Amino acid sequence: MQLMVNGKAEIVEGDNISVADLLAFKQVESPDMVSVQRNGKIVDRQRYAEQALAEGDEIEFLYFMGGGARR
Amino acid sequence: MLDFTSEQLERYSRHILLQDVGVEGQEKLLEGKVLIVGAGGLGCPIGLYLAAAGVGTIGIVDCDTVDISNLQRQIAHYTADIGRAKVESAKEKMLAINPGVTVRTYQEYLSAENIRAIIRDYDFVVDGTDNFPTKFLVNDACGMEGIPFSHGGILRFDGQTMTVLPGESACYRCVFREPPPPDAVPTCSQAGVLGAIAGMLGTIQAAEALKFLTGAGSLLTDTLLTFNAKNMDFRKIRLTRQKDCPLCGENPTISELSDNVRPACGLQEKSVRQACDAGH
Repeated sequence: MQLMVNGKAEIVEGDNISVADLLAFKQVESPDMVSVQRNGKIVDRQRYAEQALAEGDEIEFLYFMGGGARR
Repeated sequence: MLDFTSEQLERYSRHILLQDVGVEGQEKLLEGKVLIVGAGGLGCPIGLYLAAAGVGTIGIVDCDTVDISNLQRQIAHYTADIGRAKVESAKEKMLAINPGVTVRTYQEYLSAENIRAIIRDYDFVVDGTDNFPTKFLVNDACGMEGIPFSHGGILRFDGQTMTVLPGESACYRCVFREPPPPDAVPTCSQAGVLGAIAGMLGTIQAAEALKFLTGAGSLLTDTLLTFNAKNMDFRKIRLTRQKDCPLCGENPTISELSDNVRPACGLQEKSVRQACDAGH
């Protein structure tokens, strides 16, 4: 399946790939720190495992970025 | 129209020369009011540039005092300022650059109780905080008051920013919904940040505030600008308002401000009320 992930073309092997699968494939360390946008729509965090991806989907991982070094 | 003094005409000449700013734009800056939340890594360059630009009234909120570990990136604070209130230290440097602006300081915690009354006096808010509860509080309060703001976040070698025009463009909750669980946050004191990243992002946020006040150019609305300074990759990610946003969506579920959000950044042990809104 070909996807656009963070602006880059990406081939992911297999069918029935979910958002959670993609996060694992991309080795995202803490999925809790990522909002996933699929074709312009933010995916409900509770549905990462069931939300299936489709050929050509544009996926963005949007990371929580809070702060630098607090003392 | 304001009568510019010859000193002002010289001081702001490089703005006045700009076709998109000019005398009219400079007048808007002098009449503008911007609130900076956090006088830390982001708030310092933001405050210095807004003061230098002649933004007439600049508010700074921060309850913290200057620590030696701040000095690697919080460029308005000097070694001699260690132990001083950050808002006082920042105000001094801002007025040293430009005595013609007014700096209001708020050495206090931003909370659900006080935030709306504070931001209501301002045209634009710049978020330079280091913690998610305050970021969500700023987003929600600005949404409710209809005050445009700039979100900013930095971590390690990365930065991100977006500008929100409430009711018109995607808000922080459209994208991030609710604060992350505190144990998922690899940020703050553990993760570190390259000092200059604070300047890179802070000056982008300052530029957004100046553009908003003058009307020059187009803002980072419906856009998350992200960069990674390791390879200097910059990206603009297109965002849209989300119909199911709990704040600005079709059926909003947030109608009141709350401090009762999941704290992050080492604040787990404290309530948000006790936590400091210090920036980065």
